[in-house]
Amino acid sequence: MDKRTTEQEAVAELRDGMTIGIGGWGSRRKPMSIVRELLRSSVKDLTVVTYGGPDVGLLCNYGKVKKLIYGFVSLDSIPLEPHFRKARQAGAIEAAELDEGMLQWGLLAASHKLPFLPTRSGMGSSVLDINPDFKMVQSPYADGEELVAMPALELDVAFIHMNRGDVRGNGQYLGPDPYFDDMYCRAAKKRFMTVEKVVGTADMANEGPLQSRIINRTMVDGVIEAPNGAHFTECPSDYGRDEAFQKEYAATAKDPDAWQAFKAKYLDVETEADYQEAVKNR
Amino acid sequence: MSDSATRGEICAVACADAFRGNGEILASCFGTAPAIGARLAKMTFEPDLLMTDGICTVVEMPNPVSGEGHEQVVEAWLPFRTVFDHLWNGNRHVIMAASQIDRFGNQNFACIGEHAKPKAQLLGMRGAPGNTISHTTSYWVANQTAKVFVPEVDVVSGVGHDRAGALPEASTQGHDVRFVISNLAVYDFETPDKRMRLRSVHPGVTVDQVVEHTGFELAIEGDVPETRLPTADEVALIRDRIDPKGVLSREVPNPE
Repeated sequence: MDKRTTEQEAVAELRDGMTIGIGGWGSRRKPMSIVRELLRSSVKDLTVVTYGGPDVGLLCNYGKVKKLIYGFVSLDSIPLEPHFRKARQAGAIEAAELDEGMLQWGLLAASHKLPFLPTRSGMGSSVLDINPDFKMVQSPYADGEELVAMPALELDVAFIHMNRGDVRGNGQYLGPDPYFDDMYCRAAKKRFMTVEKVVGTADMANEGPLQSRIINRTMVDGVIEAPNGAHFTECPSDYGRDEAFQKEYAATAKDPDAWQAFKAKYLDVETEADYQEAVKNR
Repeated sequence: MSDSATRGEICAVACADAFRGNGEILASCFGTAPAIGARLAKMTFEPDLLMTDGICTVVEMPNPVSGEGHEQVVEAWLPFRTVFDHLWNGNRHVIMAASQIDRFGNQNFACIGEHAKPKAQLLGMRGAPGNTISHTTSYWVANQTAKVFVPEVDVVSGVGHDRAGALPEASTQGHDVRFVISNLAVYDFETPDKRMRLRSVHPGVTVDQVVEHTGFELAIEGDVPETRLPTADEVALIRDRIDPKGVLSREVPNPE
């Protein structure tokens, strides 16, 4: 089956109020071409589950986020995401903040179709006050230990970005870390994978080791070829983070005029191709 | 002993000493002084420490905190998902930062003010709740003031001794908040009720200065010793091999 589609068609699947998961980590291998398409759409009131980076800052700034489920939001080389900070400090989003490991646990529970997974993480911290709906569970064995029952983070739609993929939805990462992208896919009802390059299935063997091929086609409903699609986050081994661009993005949080200019130049354009053209010509 | 050691070097060596006796565990750091300290410990008295390149590989010796990098010899792969496996297993000592810390070692770097609408959004919870409940944790405060050492933290990211003590014993078998190292002094929790104790003051700092920069009552017993000075060899390792460009002095300026 040829699952190739476009960012527009993928985002058209979204409805107001849906829960979406976004792969990657911080400012690393984020499906940014999808995020940019989301900014151009009319979708709103999303619940966003992610190890957050500029995806979160942008979606918050555009008023797309009702609730954020996260462990942190960072641009890595710039530790604090300034657009996310503004949204938080304005009280604009519901912040379901977790320990980083609890977020993994919630995704893993959903990906295994379990209601929860037990953990000690969160106990004694404010995480359980911030998430008052979380319950404890007692071990049924002789130890009888009380543990946090981290609820499954079930997703309506997951978006991930891989280095290579075939038209059927097999995907491959070529950087050092898979992050949690496979878990987002298994936790979601509908899954879209952007890739730097669509290649033939047989050719994937020439691109990287067998262990790099963590996404199989049962985990993906739509494949989108998006060269430079993770820009300005890093996507090794294809490219590093565009630090100069990231700095420009971060600086706009302090200056409404600079933000309007940035938006007009890069974000409020017709298509992803226009964005890539504007980036190339800057 | 080196009389010419800077305040930053004293702090870095105090961080190194925090890892003393740890053996073969993963040592992780936030901040320059801890990053120097862990490298120094590994080069000298704790050669079995496991350290990462800051991304996802365990390396024989991480690169200097400033200056030229070198070709890394990789020992193992440690992507984020495996970091969680590793830390829940308990085999780790992390030195984290603290925007606020209280007398029981409850730490906050998530946000200042009310969580629903904070005055200042900071890093977020990150791994602090899971780290503190699972393995040894120490803290590094580069600029100690009474606004950092507070009576009560706004949000608890890292779990301190009183809150851990209120949990069932089984939940906290890995909990071990051990040291706090600041630009002024070193603290531990070796008191009957596990309140923070002034363990040593850095040379040139008085106990009164420490008290002035602390927003709660510290346990202070008798004559407080001085934090040890780095040896000449330690100073040479820091200046020649770990931090040749001297970025540490930006994190910890030397007092006038």
